Amino acid sequence: MIEFLRRFFGQPGSSATAKERLRLVLMTDHLELAPEMIDTMKRELVDVISRYVEVDREKIDVTFERQDRTLAMLANIPILSVNRPSENGDAGKHGNGKVEIAPPVAEPVSSAQPKPGAETKPPARKRRRRKKAGRAAPAGAAAAAT
Amino acid sequence: MHQLQSDDHAVGGDTPAAENVEAKDVKLGRSIVLTSGKGGVGKTTTTANLGTALAARGARVVMIDADIGLRNLDIVLGLENRVRHHLLDVLEERVEIDDALVADKRSEHLFLLAAAQAREKEDVETAKMQALVTKLRERFDYVLIDSPAGIEQGFKNAVAGADEAIVVCTPEVAAVRDVDRVVGLLGNRFRPQLIINRLRPQLVRKGKMLSVDDVNAILRLPLLGVIADEPEIIVTTNKGEPLALRTATPTGAAYHAIAARVAGDDVAAPMPAAAKVSLFERLGSMFSGARR
Amino acid sequence: MSARKIVVTSGKGGVGKTTTTANLGATLAKRGKRVVLIDADIGLRNLDLVLGLEKRIVFDLVEVAEGRCQLRQALIKDKRFEALSILPAAQTREKDAISPEQFAEIVDRAAEIADYVLVDSPAGIESGFRNAVAGAGEAIVVTTPEVSAIRDADRVVGKIAGSGKPIRLIVNRLRPEMVRSGDMLSVDDVCQVLSVELLGIVPDDEEVIDTTNRGEPIVLNETNRLCAIYEKIARRLEGELVPFTSFDNPSFLGRLMGALKAG
Repeated sequence: MIEFLRRFFGQPGSSATAKERLRLVLMTDHLELAPEMIDTMKRELVDVISRYVEVDREKIDVTFERQDRTLAMLANIPILSVNRPSENGDAGKHGNGKVEIAPPVAEPVSSAQPKPGAETKPPARKRRRRKKAGRAAPAGAAAAAT
Repeated sequence: MHQLQSDDHAVGGDTPAAENVEAKDVKLGRSIVLTSGKGGVGKTTTTANLGTALAARGARVVMIDADIGLRNLDIVLGLENRVRHHLLDVLEERVEIDDALVADKRSEHLFLLAAAQAREKEDVETAKMQALVTKLRERFDYVLIDSPAGIEQGFKNAVAGADEAIVVCTPEVAAVRDVDRVVGLLGNRFRPQLIINRLRPQLVRKGKMLSVDDVNAILRLPLLGVIADEPEIIVTTNKGEPLALRTATPTGAAYHAIAARVAGDDVAAPMPAAAKVSLFERLGSMFSGARR
Repeated sequence: MSARKIVVTSGKGGVGKTTTTANLGATLAKRGKRVVLIDADIGLRNLDLVLGLEKRIVFDLVEVAEGRCQLRQALIKDKRFEALSILPAAQTREKDAISPEQFAEIVDRAAEIADYVLVDSPAGIESGFRNAVAGAGEAIVVTTPEVSAIRDADRVVGKIAGSGKPIRLIVNRLRPEMVRSGDMLSVDDVCQVLSVELLGIVPDDEEVIDTTNRGEPIVLNETNRLCAIYEKIARRLEGELVPFTSFDNPSFLGRLMGALKAG
């Protein structure tokens, strides 16, 4: 009787569940089918974030996880340093206004120019600043691998 | 290790599978491939329900989805959100078997090894598939292998390593013809048992659908059971809850009876309300020479 | 002028590719078109059976490909329709007996003598599917409103989409009463998920089983509602804007019937 009433009054039946599940499973299928797209997305994501903070590119982890009724992308990006904000608040940008994806900057933000062919190992001055600020802990553990 | 013969038509070959010498002391579980030729007759649904029913009897069961590129066993079981690694990850040794096995949400001792979605069936090496199935037989009472439709590489992969076969057929001429062909391809190594799925007794009574007798007059296979066509199956797939979880339903009970028969119990083959025998003249000529 | 070459495919087996190919082909023939149907399911042929032509097979697709006969010798003319012929698949061979290039070449040959060439694809996405798609300039993807079928259709659409061939969708075996009771995905649901242009909606009809048993495509029976449905599909295929049959019935009586019938 209850089942009858439920159906009569238009309560969602199993088709609503099916649609939800299908939506999620197709998203996952599409991701599984496009590893190059995911790689490009990861690279571009990290490039954008690098404009604002210095990240450890070797240890980046990006995964996708189903949570409740959605798919979520979880990015674990260790931060090596956060540039001191300048007076006019344009933290993260180099003095010449160009956003360059480059090895770590040796000078303070406002006057820096990246050295061509610079190593990934941060220069001495940077290291001192980092000791003062304390190393930022990576965000919580990455979700299950794809 | 038994090798498939590539130069004759019989995929199954003619010699019995060799026993795994190292595992002499271990009682090996049974490996059963579920296949049909024709698509859409209910192989995946049957695998999910049979696995559920066998696990309910206390057996340890693993179900392998061999439909690489078109995986669906996960979604029928409601486990699509839990798949992390798949069959090819295991075969190509990127992960351990245990990392890839997905425990069923509701049934104890029931596990799924999902297919890869982004790969091709040609990527599976049949020798590795056989080795994997043998390893799984050491740990499980039943290894059920859900074959894809067709008789191409996917089917051959699924058959590799299986010791027994269940063919699933609907009471329709095209399906019967395809099963007949598949039985021929399976060869002498297998003595397949038959499940007839999606029977509609009222149509059989009206003479508009083949009866159980009609089907088996052609196929002549030992019958495990007959399942009626029920709209409820669509609902259960929508929800990802196999009907075998509900033993009070006729179809759920039928799957349990089939599981009992697979296990060797002396239980009658489940049958929906009986359908009268009605023979069609065309049946005889349709199948001449098809079985090899 | 060369014909339109259309592959009918699905990914999932058993959703109605062969039935669709046979009935759509017959309908186009009824409308005066010259139609050639090609069964690409080598080893598991069924198009001949569905049309009741299985006793008239002399040569098959593989024999044409191997040059052992002419195409016209292998084509079986269906006597019930003005200009409908079929090229049956081989039964005792495997799908790799013919390459995609050979298959495409045969489709081209058929296209010289027809207005429409419809290719009945096997299930799956393996070599049989690849052959079937190789010959075609457009695709019709058939799905039922069920989760597995839609998922597989999505995969197949993904596989074909890269080639630039136009893809259109037929939703087959719809059960309006189950949609009403919320137990089956609606056509809208399916279209939203797949995002493919809709070509037709075909309701489930138990007569199809019986007519297949007898080898008589359902469109031979003018009183069956599927006849009109396939007519609409044929007209849309020809470019006509034809409104879709509405199977929604939100009336009180409709909902009552839906609630009573279901479960």
